[in-house]
Amino acid sequence: MNDESIDWIADAGTRAKGKRPDFLGNPSEERMLSILLAVAGEVSVLKERLDTVERLLESKGTISRADIEVYVPDRDAAHERSLMTREYLARIMRAVQQDMESMQTDEKPVADISTDLRDT
Amino acid sequence: MKREEVPPPYTAVARHDVFPKPTHDEAARFNFLTALNKYLSGTIGAGNKLAYDKRVLPAFRAEHGRDPQNRFEIRHAMNRDPWHRFWSACKRNSMEMRQQNGRSIVLRQLDTLDARAHELNEGRSTLQLDPAVTTPRYQNAVDIHCMPGSYHGEHRAGDVSAGANYDCGIFATTGGGLGALSDGGGQALVKWIKKERPGWTPKRILDIGCTIGHNIVPLALAFPDTEVIAVDTAAPVLRYGHARAQSLGARNLHFVQLNAEDLSRFPDGHFDWVQTTMFLHELSGKSLPKIIREAERVLAPGGLMLHLEQPQYSDEMPLYEQFIRDWDAFNNNEPFWSAMHAMDLKQVMADAGLPRSNQFVTGVRAVVDSTVFPEAPSGENEDHGRAAVWNAYGAWKPQP
Repeated sequence: MNDESIDWIADAGTRAKGKRPDFLGNPSEERMLSILLAVAGEVSVLKERLDTVERLLESKGTISRADIEVYVPDRDAAHERSLMTREYLARIMRAVQQDMESMQTDEKPVADISTDLRDT
Repeated sequence: MKREEVPPPYTAVARHDVFPKPTHDEAARFNFLTALNKYLSGTIGAGNKLAYDKRVLPAFRAEHGRDPQNRFEIRHAMNRDPWHRFWSACKRNSMEMRQQNGRSIVLRQLDTLDARAHELNEGRSTLQLDPAVTTPRYQNAVDIHCMPGSYHGEHRAGDVSAGANYDCGIFATTGGGLGALSDGGGQALVKWIKKERPGWTPKRILDIGCTIGHNIVPLALAFPDTEVIAVDTAAPVLRYGHARAQSLGARNLHFVQLNAEDLSRFPDGHFDWVQTTMFLHELSGKSLPKIIREAERVLAPGGLMLHLEQPQYSDEMPLYEQFIRDWDAFNNNEPFWSAMHAMDLKQVMADAGLPRSNQFVTGVRAVVDSTVFPEAPSGENEDHGRAAVWNAYGAWKPQP
């Protein structure tokens, strides 16, 4: 299946023409976020693969790698797996979500509250 | 949680004969990206408006003593906000990851895909390529939506990699909102015309900027006796689109490589339906009116001109909404997006000879198998720039 004349692994990562915006103001942070999100994606892939293995084992008792490749979840399984990914994302993105929530409130530093409580 | 709130799996994508076959893990990778896109636009997308209302706008007012006057001022101000910057960085990465995954799937099986396309294309008069057609600057100034090589790029001469990569990732980018064949836009046009003009069979339809033809195949199948011509400047997507259309049974659909700024190969009034779908924003300030003028010329009196696009900006659209709809323009390589959406399309069509009294604008929502695919969210949870909810800008050409 693989064409040996082209280096598809290297070429899959070709850069798109057009200057990349500076989002975070620091190239190292940009790179770290890119790596982190890619790794987060790979963990999700592993989780989904494990789920496939478990479901196949449950229904068949023994499986081959080919079984994994052709596995198609039914409607209920697809829903459960999609929920699993959603739940996983909610966990790893917690800090961003909480940062968003904190914009809705105007909170004093806990040290200030501590002083308040001491004196009242 | 309602079923429609979680996206369908990548295995729900229809596999036509030239569709790249994903491995288990490649499909899972697209599932992650689908969920990530949905998370960024839905779950935390509202954080951008929050940052704007709570701190960016107050800071702007304090600094300038007035409100922002246009979407660009909002963009410059928002680009200093740490929350929006981080959100944008995540979004940009999801676009880049989608390209890497799509290219990885396609390139490792390029031999098979090229061979299949060759089988479906060879000797067919319905595919007409013209090596003399050059890539317009507005197509290669940057790689549109961060797609390496854009629509015209070839990994090796004569391949279908650009089309195959584009096709296989649309599902993830749109969260399945365009259906199993990513053709919800085309399906919507079929539904719309059957209601608007019941019993009408156009003799000839022209689709300009067709790329892989996903929005024209449904029309070709709905009107099997109609001669349908789909044009684009990029050979790689035409090769793929033709093979795809053949495998889906659209034999009345011709793919022709040409630049629609010059449609002189067609006589005046040749078509009774001329359209574009999500195409005008990938042109330029000078080419767009030129193409509309040519489209009007080849349109028969009484014929239909139709352009499917995201909503145009107007004075009625809040500036913040204009800003967030502009995100792709500056962060996802859509350099004409912002200017195009601020154009007075109605005036452009009027200048081309389609008077305002003959024009109409109508909302169009993707038509998908709703038992499997979600209806695209609009409003606060909308994934601006990608949502399967469009405006159709159209006109019926006056009879003499």
